[in-house]
Amino acid sequence: MPEMTYAEAIRAALREEMQRDQRVFLFGEDIGRYGGAFGVTFGLLDEFGEKRVVETPISEAAIVGATTGAALAGMRPVAEMMFMDFILLGMEQLVNQAAKVRFMFGGKASVPMVIRMPAGSGTGAAAQHSQSLESILVHIPGIKVVAPSTPYDAKGLLISAIRDPNPVMFVEHKLLYKTKGEVPLEEYSIPIGVADVKRMGKDLTVVASSVMVPRSLVVAERLSKDGIEVEVIDPRSLRPLDSETIIQSVRKTGRLLVVHEACETGGWAGEVIARVASSPAFAYLDAPLRRLAGKDMPIPYNRNLERAAVPQEEDIEREIRAVVANVY
Amino acid sequence: MLNKTENIAPTGPGQPAPDLGAQMERAGLSADNLVEMYTTMCKIRQFEQMADRLYAQGKVHGTMHLSAGQEAVAVGTWRAVRRDAYFLNHHRGHGHFIARGSDINLMMAEFLGKDSGYCRGRGGSMHIADIETNNLGANGIVGGGISLGVGVGLALKLQDQENLVVDIFGDGAANEGIFHESLNMAALWDLPILFICENNHYGMSMEVSRATAKLPIAQRAEGYGIPWKFIDGNDLMLVYETMQQAVAHIQSGKGPYFVEAETYRYFGHSKSDRNLYRTRDEIDEWKRRDPIVRIRHRMITAGILTEQAAEVIDQQALQLIESSVAFAESSPEPDPSTLLEYVYA
Repeated sequence: MPEMTYAEAIRAALREEMQRDQRVFLFGEDIGRYGGAFGVTFGLLDEFGEKRVVETPISEAAIVGATTGAALAGMRPVAEMMFMDFILLGMEQLVNQAAKVRFMFGGKASVPMVIRMPAGSGTGAAAQHSQSLESILVHIPGIKVVAPSTPYDAKGLLISAIRDPNPVMFVEHKLLYKTKGEVPLEEYSIPIGVADVKRMGKDLTVVASSVMVPRSLVVAERLSKDGIEVEVIDPRSLRPLDSETIIQSVRKTGRLLVVHEACETGGWAGEVIARVASSPAFAYLDAPLRRLAGKDMPIPYNRNLERAAVPQEEDIEREIRAVVANVY
Repeated sequence: MLNKTENIAPTGPGQPAPDLGAQMERAGLSADNLVEMYTTMCKIRQFEQMADRLYAQGKVHGTMHLSAGQEAVAVGTWRAVRRDAYFLNHHRGHGHFIARGSDINLMMAEFLGKDSGYCRGRGGSMHIADIETNNLGANGIVGGGISLGVGVGLALKLQDQENLVVDIFGDGAANEGIFHESLNMAALWDLPILFICENNHYGMSMEVSRATAKLPIAQRAEGYGIPWKFIDGNDLMLVYETMQQAVAHIQSGKGPYFVEAETYRYFGHSKSDRNLYRTRDEIDEWKRRDPIVRIRHRMITAGILTEQAAEVIDQQALQLIESSVAFAESSPEPDPSTLLEYVYA
């Protein structure tokens, strides 16, 4: 199986879907000649032309609104927010319009749209270009939220997102763009709403998404040498959330740690913990249900401060050891 | 001061009305056409008055925004625009739906929250839509539909379709940021969009001149290179002729067009309104410029209509609305077991 980067996998999904379906077009700021701020759409303008790669003014509210309108009129737009932080400028259109019309109009409307958005810290982009806002999106009925952690998942999930009849928020992580993984040449897709067990283990379940998945996997390998076997589950889709896979895992391990970069208070880890706590897995618990999240603060600029604001490998390791030892 | 007075229609209130026959000939309207337009205005007025009565009778669960007084904008527009044009409506939208040919029974049923309504009782007055006829719905967010229209216009252009978008909003929406983002995009890409700002003078209680730094609103289109007109929206023939010109411009591929139609609403903003911000005299003054009375007077003077015929038309309109109430009231409520239908995530 050939290797490609996470960014290349996303581009491959866009290219294949644009070749397959004339209704699919890209929409956003600097996505043409520049290739997007992170180069994800690089080359697609030359390949498909200006009618398929539509560059916009810096108007995020209208980008989200026009994406919704184009979807209502039979297109399959894939918009890009240059940074996830900028979706806040389009939240009215996303939450009040795109997320609502199908239900509000009695099921007759369909909004097949995708908004891609790079999230997360680690690039020194500071407080307004480093947020992980997926927990805000997860709270909204009417939008699906997907956050892949590998090139394989990114490609397969983006294909499903583009084919989905409803709005899908596709959360990418800046630090993952250059990570490599195997991606098959033949066509495939990954259903939205299905978690993936990235590593089997019997002692503790880690639920992590996006960049926290590779970090958790590194820690899991390290702990394995000390006889602690960690099961790592990537929900891949945060809404809808595959609770069942998580609950089954916790029944087996009796311990849960949820890891995400988004700020702790109101973060989606709380939702995972609530679902497990109110499930039959409760009877199998050997330790309190724990979470490790980004600190409740803006992302700082300084490299060391930035690092300290979100979970790193050493933090994950410390937390896992604490849960397994029942010492907090 | 305005520097483009040619964009301001000369036939404002108090101006002598042009000869109706000559105007009809120029606009390509027959006497039957005009009678039909008049009839539609009466249906809208009766619908809105009935909605108000139903509310007073305690039969309406939710809110409503009534457009009585604004009928000429709706009827003049939809006579000039193809009925299958894509449509984004504001939340005072009953009149436009009726003028467009929406099913009044399904509208009334939606208003009363019934399962037989356009949105199966999920939307209510503020969210009536009929996707199959390209009616993309009324919008509860001021200015919320403007950029949806831009997306539809973009889709039409990408699909090489000849259709157009009617993108309607009120005077209040013009002060939302998305208004400007949307006009810029539409002009940039020459999208086939008819922007209509239905200026009824109030955003809830805020009078337009207290909220808008420079009037008319339509001149803002100038900043985006979009041709515009500011017209008396209570003059049915003027609305029709202006929209005809706008449609011709758009359909010739020249991009969007912007019309601001000045009008007035008689009822309050919504059911909570006690009319504390305007005077009875002001409302009465506007009723002297009533769009239905004005066109009726001109039609009778021109021999197209008689007082008796006008009375019959109005009575028939009332009967039609009464039968829609009967339809709605005899329709079932949505079954609570269907609560989660159309919920996908």
